[in-house]
Amino acid sequence: MAKITLQNLRQSYYPNPSKDEDYALKRVHLDWEDGGAYALLGPSGCGKTTLLNLISGLLVPTEGKILFDGKDVSHASPEQRNIAQVFQFPVIYDTMTVYDNLAFPLRNRGVAEAEIDKRVKDIAEMLDLSKTLKNRASGLTADGKQKISLGRGLVRSDVNVIMFDEPLTVIDPHLKWQLRSKLKELHQRIRRTMIYVTHDQTEALTFADQVVVMNNGEVVQTGTPIDLFEQPRHTFVGHFIGSPGMNVLPCEVKGGKASFAGNSVAAANAAQAAGKAARVELGVRPEFVSIAKSGIAADVVKVTDAGRYRIIETKVSGHSIKLLVPEGDAVPEGRIHLNFDPAHTQVYEDGWMAGARPGEPS
Amino acid sequence: MSKRHIVLIVYIVFLMLPIYWLLNMSFKTTNEILGGFSAYPREFTLDSYRTIFTDPTWYNAYINSISYVAINTVLSILVALPAAYAFSRYRFLGDKHLFFWLLSNRMAPPAVFVLPFVNLYSAVGLFDTPWAVALSHTLFNVPLAVWILEGFMSGVPKELDETAYVDGYSFPRFFIRIFLPTISAGIGVAAFFCFMFSWVEMLLAKNLTSVAAKPIVAAMTKTASTSGYELGLLAAAGVLTLIPGAVVIYFVRNYIAKGFALGRV
Amino acid sequence: MNKTFNNRAWFLVIPVFLMVAFNALIPLMTVVNYSVQESFVANEYFWSGIRWFGELLRNPDFQSSLWRQVIFTGVVLLIQIPLGLGIALCMPKSGPWVSVCLVLMALPLLIPWNVVGSMWNIMALPDIGLLGKGLNSLGIPYNYTRQPAAAWFTVVLMDVWHWTSLVVLLCYAGLVSIPDAYYQAAKIDGAKPWAVFRYIQLPKLKHVLTIAILLRFMDSFMIYTEVIVLTGGGPGSTTKFLSIDLVQKALGGFDLGPAAAFSIVYFLIILALSWLFYTLMMQSETK
Repeated sequence: MAKITLQNLRQSYYPNPSKDEDYALKRVHLDWEDGGAYALLGPSGCGKTTLLNLISGLLVPTEGKILFDGKDVSHASPEQRNIAQVFQFPVIYDTMTVYDNLAFPLRNRGVAEAEIDKRVKDIAEMLDLSKTLKNRASGLTADGKQKISLGRGLVRSDVNVIMFDEPLTVIDPHLKWQLRSKLKELHQRIRRTMIYVTHDQTEALTFADQVVVMNNGEVVQTGTPIDLFEQPRHTFVGHFIGSPGMNVLPCEVKGGKASFAGNSVAAANAAQAAGKAARVELGVRPEFVSIAKSGIAADVVKVTDAGRYRIIETKVSGHSIKLLVPEGDAVPEGRIHLNFDPAHTQVYEDGWMAGARPGEPS
Repeated sequence: MSKRHIVLIVYIVFLMLPIYWLLNMSFKTTNEILGGFSAYPREFTLDSYRTIFTDPTWYNAYINSISYVAINTVLSILVALPAAYAFSRYRFLGDKHLFFWLLSNRMAPPAVFVLPFVNLYSAVGLFDTPWAVALSHTLFNVPLAVWILEGFMSGVPKELDETAYVDGYSFPRFFIRIFLPTISAGIGVAAFFCFMFSWVEMLLAKNLTSVAAKPIVAAMTKTASTSGYELGLLAAAGVLTLIPGAVVIYFVRNYIAKGFALGRV
Repeated sequence: MNKTFNNRAWFLVIPVFLMVAFNALIPLMTVVNYSVQESFVANEYFWSGIRWFGELLRNPDFQSSLWRQVIFTGVVLLIQIPLGLGIALCMPKSGPWVSVCLVLMALPLLIPWNVVGSMWNIMALPDIGLLGKGLNSLGIPYNYTRQPAAAWFTVVLMDVWHWTSLVVLLCYAGLVSIPDAYYQAAKIDGAKPWAVFRYIQLPKLKHVLTIAILLRFMDSFMIYTEVIVLTGGGPGSTTKFLSIDLVQKALGGFDLGPAAAFSIVYFLIILALSWLFYTLMMQSETK
């Protein structure tokens, strides 16, 4: 188990990178505490798999350092770093039995057979694989095989960190939540550092204590799921997390006060707006927009039923604003008035929350 | 340089040596060749090549060969395309048996067919024409083409066909305009294999022709036996037969790995 | 693929069926016909049942040819399959050199078979050929036109030169299709290179190796042109393999009966052994 530090990490797949675009990872500077459950969340191509492979040692960093418990492991092999990785599709040794699959990493390290037997049986019990130990690994279902992949990482008692690269991709939807709960349960039990990479916000938000949101090779925000939801530091986080995503509207800030479409809007951080940005926007989640007797005048355009609530899409001066009303409430029509909850309304300058320093997410 | 590189280089050198030797001899006079061993031509000469390009028996032989190979490739592909489509999209009475029967023909030794083919093609009056050779080669090429094309076609989802029908395409138009471009790689691979087998085969090509349609493979063996060993000429003729093959590989070089997977690996 | 049942698909298949039937069924029927008949005078045939088959199988000449063929195919498979696999393992996974290697390796596969035979024929000549002169100057008495051992050596070497690349190309295609994640997982598990080969590469190459073995078995069992041009079946009949024997008999102009029986037995042997190989290799597959 180890604390992992990423110092000024930059990664490029080109031999001679010159400009920012050549870098898959532009700059990552992060700490991962020992024993935590982390998620790396971001859209395809944002660099999360690159980051994962850098931590596991399958890639050597172009610039910067990786430290395990203060020791520089940037050039150490995966074996030396003592990590485990579960891939997008189950990676198992088809010709071996489940038992032999789990025993494989220990046998390669010369562990005594008696010890191996104990560890394998322990892990199999933890993962509900005990009944299948004697079977050929290739005969299991996809989720069984992923458990074997996971098991191979867990058998080694000295594993520093376990990494998951979108592990539920090939699992049947109705089994996904089962496996997810299992992972969470495992983490509570063994308290090893786990890093879970995904583009699915549900997976990330349910598994992790801390979520690292990435976009375009940079870390945009780190925080608990609640933090990310309530205080998105970047409009991207606002868009990406939450369904539907945050409403982002162009606004003006004058004298510490924000205004949108001619209406004055109370925003939590309006006073901190530096005023030098090219693009000034207002962000408020649909959950925090409510219908009031007076406020911003809006025309209802569409009402979508999402089960336990309804999504109401309105238009104000050509801009779309979404809000949620609980099931059972009257469905508004025509012209209504909207109110933004001031505590959850933020001003964003060039995408970043006003008052927060970009590049130092925390 | 690692061990792997050395192994690769040794292997490729091993492959290139006989080809180099052939080239070497093609630029020597027969006298020089018979006179002794030399790694390069002491008296460089283009005589052998000159003979081949000016003597009708020689260059006609090349033309004959190219003819039947081209006819065979086109014919095999044309005939295999609808069949492969049928195997890929439909189940029908006897489909599995038909498929296996087709493949079993690939296992037939040409030696078994030499005599029957001579009789057969004489009987239909095609003996000593490129058609005889082209048609006889289809016995082996058509099953292979069907197998390869079916593999590629199965990779194209049926939804494509259904969408086209909904859009109002008739089957022929759909097949030519939409389907074929999708499997163009497969057609390339199948054509490559048809060309390859037809170009290199000798037993049938030689015995189904005599004078009018004599292909290069027969002309060359004649040289070795009748006029004594005209080695220089033989070598030059051999070098020239390498060219079509080299050209074809060059064009499909990007598909070679994929093609050898026969679309199924 | 969800195939629909439709017998009208037969229309699409008719051209292929006709073409192959014309080339396969008619000749085969003729061959079967001849194989069970006997003629003393031209154009007069008598039923002779399995007489030709019996005589053939008891014929020591046939037995020798068959035996030689089996040894040849065995030796060739034993060399080409491991060698081809080994070379494929040495190939780089990607990069500019891959095409170059593949193109150069494919060249021997596209040379007309008689040219292959001629190339080696001349190259192996004791006094003036690269191979012949080379071996003799090393002190090894080598003359493939006189010594059976030398003839066998040359024939095997020629076939290895000619066909190993097919195995390389097939195995390479198989290797390249193994996802990186397997190698990464093996690294993480601390697996040694031999374990990677045994537990990851070899199992994943099973399909491709089956194709390679089947193809090489069939084609080497049918070999004709290269050998006839190189040695003519000699010296004597020491390199007379099955096809050569058959063609001699069939085109020799004598009784068609025995030649026809030979053909059928030959074809059946290949079919049976191919089926055997295929079943054996598929059996150990659990899917």
